[in-house]
Amino acid sequence: MSDTLIDANWLDYLLVAIYFGFVLGIGVMARRSVSDSIDFFLSGRSLPAWVTGLAFISANLGAVEIMGMSANGAELGLPTFHYFWVGAVPAMLFLGVVMMPFYYGSKVRSVPEFMFRRFGTGAHLVNAISFAVAQLLIAGVNLALLAGIVRALLGWPIWVSLIVAGAVVLSYITLGGLSAAIYNEVLQFFVIVASLVPLTLIGLHRVGGWDGLTDKITAASAGAASASEAPPAADQLNAWPGQALSGFDSPLLSVIGIVFGLGFVLSFGYWTTNFVEVQRAMASDSISAARKTPIIGSFPKMFVPFIVIVPGMISAVLVKEMIDLKNGGSPEGGASGEGVAYNDALLLLMRDVLPNGLLGLAIAGLLAAFMAGMAANISAFNTVFSYDLWQRYIRKDHSDDYYLRIGRLATVAATVIAIFTAQIALGYDNVMNYLQTLFGFFNAPLFATFILGMFWKRMTPTAGWVGLVAGTLSAIAVDRTAAAGVFELSGQGVAFLAASVAFVVDIVLSVVVSLVTKPKPASELKGLVYSETPREDRTDPHEASYPWYRRTIPLASISLAMVIVLNFAF
Amino acid sequence: MTEKSETAAAPHKAGAFDIRNIIGALLGIYGVILALAGLLGEHEPEKTGGVNANLWTGLALVVVALGFIGWARWRPVVVPDDFDRPDDDPTRPAPQRKRPPSH
Repeated sequence: MSDTLIDANWLDYLLVAIYFGFVLGIGVMARRSVSDSIDFFLSGRSLPAWVTGLAFISANLGAVEIMGMSANGAELGLPTFHYFWVGAVPAMLFLGVVMMPFYYGSKVRSVPEFMFRRFGTGAHLVNAISFAVAQLLIAGVNLALLAGIVRALLGWPIWVSLIVAGAVVLSYITLGGLSAAIYNEVLQFFVIVASLVPLTLIGLHRVGGWDGLTDKITAASAGAASASEAPPAADQLNAWPGQALSGFDSPLLSVIGIVFGLGFVLSFGYWTTNFVEVQRAMASDSISAARKTPIIGSFPKMFVPFIVIVPGMISAVLVKEMIDLKNGGSPEGGASGEGVAYNDALLLLMRDVLPNGLLGLAIAGLLAAFMAGMAANISAFNTVFSYDLWQRYIRKDHSDDYYLRIGRLATVAATVIAIFTAQIALGYDNVMNYLQTLFGFFNAPLFATFILGMFWKRMTPTAGWVGLVAGTLSAIAVDRTAAAGVFELSGQGVAFLAASVAFVVDIVLSVVVSLVTKPKPASELKGLVYSETPREDRTDPHEASYPWYRRTIPLASISLAMVIVLNFAF
Repeated sequence: MTEKSETAAAPHKAGAFDIRNIIGALLGIYGVILALAGLLGEHEPEKTGGVNANLWTGLALVVVALGFIGWARWRPVVVPDDFDRPDDDPTRPAPQRKRPPSH
C-alpha cells in the first residue's frame, strides 16, 4: 500500500488518458472544422431532444451533484433526495412548462441582458457584479474538489494540487475543450453513470442489499456516541419530514422549510435563472423542442439520486474512516489533508470497493465533471466580465481584438482567483452546506426580482436594484448571525432560511419601492413582461400536430406523476 | 427523432461525427479494456465481495456501445446542404476557427 489515498495503477491511468484523448480530439476537430457533420452537430439546431436533454442535466452533474449529494447522503441519509424530488424535478418542469416559452419568445440570452433591458443600469450593474463573484466562488468549489482528487491520487500537498489542477483547467479551456461542450457533456454523462452504477451495486452487495444498509444505519445510529451529531436512524431512512436536512425540530416547520426554502426559492431560483443550462435548451429549433429539453432531462434526473446519494449512505456504514467520523471522531487522512470530511465519502468508497480498472473509469468521470464545471464557471465569468462590465462601464467602443485580449486575461485571472476561493470551500466539512449558502446569497434574490419583474409590469427600475441589494445583504446577515451562534440549525437549515428571507425581503422591498417610484412605459416592456408579450411569440404552432409523447404537457404530467410516486415511496 | 428530409442529391451522412457513434466508440473501448482486465488481471474479490466487477461492467458497456452504434446505423443522421454554422464564441478563449485580423 502506498501513502496516497487512492492506489491507482497503469490501467486506471490508461482509462483516464483515453477519456481526455477523446475530449481534446473532439475539441481540436471542432476548431479545425474537418467535417460538415461536426459543424452540423455543434450548431445545435436539429439536435435530437435526448441529446439536449442529457446535456441539460449533465451541465449540472458536476461538483454539486456528485460530491455534494454523496456527502449529504453520508451525513444525513435519505432526506437528501428532496434536492431531486422536491427541488430539481419540479423546478425543471416549471421551467419547461411556464418559463421557457417566455424566454424563447423574448429572445433574452442571459440574465444580465434581461436585467438591463427590463430595469436599466442599476439592476444590471448589481446583477453583473454579483454573478461574476458567484462564478468565482463556485469555480473555487470545483477546483477544490478537483485538487482533492489529484491529491488523493498522487499524494501531493494541497497547495501544489490546487495549482496543478488550475493549470489543467486552463489548458483544457485553451485547447478548445469548451468549444465542443455539448459532445463533452453527453460523453461525461455516460462515463459518470457507467462508473457510479457499478459502485452503487457493489456497495449494496457488500453491505447486504438495501435491507443490510438500513440495518447497518439503524445499528450505527443506535450505537453512536452522544458527542456525535449524527441524526437518528428514523430521520436518515425516511425522506419526510426531513428534520436532519432542515435542522428544524418541529416536523411541520421542517416540511415548510423544505418545500418553500429548498423547493421553491432555491431550486426554482437555480433552474430558472441559470442560463448556463437554459442556453442548452435555447439551442433547439423550436419553442416546443426548447420546452421539452428540461422535461426530458427530468426523467434521468429523478433517478440520479440513486447513484449519488445511496453510495454516500453506503460509505457511511462501510468505510472505516467514515464510520469513525459519523461517530464523532476525527480520523486522519482525507482529500484535503486536514482530516476526513463528509466530502470524502465517495472517494473513500471507491478506494474500498472498486478494483483497478473500474477505479480508473470512476476517476475519469469525476475529473471530467469538475473540470468541465470549473471551465463553465470561468467562461461564464469571462463573458460577464468582458462584455457586461468592462465593455459597458469601463472601456466602450474598442476593437473586437481588444475585448478578446481582455477575455484571455480574465480567464487567467479567474483561474488564479479560484485557487484562493478554493480555500474557503476547503474549510467546509460538507461542500453542500457551502454551495446552498452561496445559492441563497445570489440566486434567491435574483429569482425574486426576476419573477416579479416578469409578471408585474408596474415594477420600477429603482425597485430592481434595491431588491437585489437588500435580498443579498439580508441573506448574508442571516448567515453571519447563525455563524456567530445567535441561533442554531443543523444540516442545510441556515441556507434554506437565508434564501427564504432573501426572497421575502426582495419581494416586499420591490413592491414598496415600486409603489413610490415611476415605472417604465408599457411600450418598452414588450418581450420582457409576460402580459406585454404577444401570445403568438410564446406558442409553437406545430405543437398540436405532434403525437402525445412528443408534446410538452403530457410529458411533463408523466414526469410529475412519477416524482410524486417516488416521494411517497421513500 | 433524428431523421431529416433528404435532398435530391446523394444524402450526406454524419458518420463518425454522429454523437451516438462517439458515445459508442468510447464506451466500447472502455468495455473491452475492462472485460480483458477482468479476465486476465487480478480479481480483487476482497473489494467487490466476490464479484468480477471489471468483467461484468465491461460486458455491459460493450452491449450499450453496440446499442448506440446500431442505433446510429439504423437511423443515420443526414446532414442538410445548408445549415447555420456555429459562430466562434468570442468570449471563450479557445483557439478560434478564423484567426482574428492582426493590426
